[in-house]
Amino acid sequence: MTAPSPDDEDLIRARQRSRARVTALLLGALVVLFFLISIAKIRSGTP
Amino acid sequence: MTTMTRPLPVPADWRDFLALTKPGVMRLVVYTGLCGLLAAPATVDPVLGFTAILCIALAAGAAGALNQWYESDLDAKMKRTRGRPLPAGRMDRQSALHFGVGLGAFAVILMGLAINLLSATILAGSILFYVVIYTVWLKRRTPQNIVIGGAAGAFPPVIGWAAATGHVSALPLMMFALVFLWTPPHFWALALFVKTDYANAGVPMLPVVAGERVTRTQIGLYTVPMVAVAIAPWPLGLTHAIYGVVATLASAFFGLLAFRVATRRTQAEDRMRPEKRLFAYSIAYLFVIFGALVADRFLA
Repeated sequence: MTAPSPDDEDLIRARQRSRARVTALLLGALVVLFFLISIAKIRSGTP
Repeated sequence: MTTMTRPLPVPADWRDFLALTKPGVMRLVVYTGLCGLLAAPATVDPVLGFTAILCIALAAGAAGALNQWYESDLDAKMKRTRGRPLPAGRMDRQSALHFGVGLGAFAVILMGLAINLLSATILAGSILFYVVIYTVWLKRRTPQNIVIGGAAGAFPPVIGWAAATGHVSALPLMMFALVFLWTPPHFWALALFVKTDYANAGVPMLPVVAGERVTRTQIGLYTVPMVAVAIAPWPLGLTHAIYGVVATLASAFFGLLAFRVATRRTQAEDRMRPEKRLFAYSIAYLFVIFGALVADRFLA
């Protein structure tokens, strides 16, 4: 049970950053998609 | 200071999560789902159509992730799969499980809220079928694993159709039957030339358990009803001549390749060319058949 090496820490931070970026992009895309779905639903008059 | 006494696991890369969804398999699923949606006699809002296909893709990804979660021990034994994130040690099993369950639940809920309840129900059924019936129950127990499991891959055109129309009729059920009957010749052709890999992993694929002769016969036997189901929508009046002619020609060629595989025996130093040809053509076949279905709807 040892602490991660500096190299490991760098890798962990890099992975966390790239995952956070991808998650942010996906959430942004979902916001746009949900908005467009709402518009489509309102336009077609379906619940 | 527990964080200092425990080894901090390196989190998996986002590309590994993507790999978990089996993007290669997803292509065919998305394509058949899209064709089911486009071939349906209904006008679909492009945004809702996109959402339906996205849900089908996400559900397929979830099923793939859960399959890899359950089969990581098996994947580690096969050359073809040992580079996947779990057997390669790039991801822990719990992450794969959480990802698969989360993605699947999201896909079904989104389909239910944005499209309709029927398509969401069939979508949920397809994930459960692939994960529970195929992966957990059948794959390691019976050489008929892919026959029943093939049904999981047959759901997308039905889901696409249900998303567009809100109901299921004869044509999508025939497309379901087509993919269902297409799966055994497709996979057994592959299993004939990667037999050693499956044998090493202890998966009871037909060539491993029953031998090559039986497998070749079964490929021929499944091809006959598959060809019949592929052509049937035309004489039944469910499609027009565009689909009928394309399906007849493409199915006849499939039958020819399958007949060659069914009637030959493996020679010494055999490079299994007919089997590889049948496997490659079977993928193109499905693309052509479903493409013809859409063309028939819009051009006939």
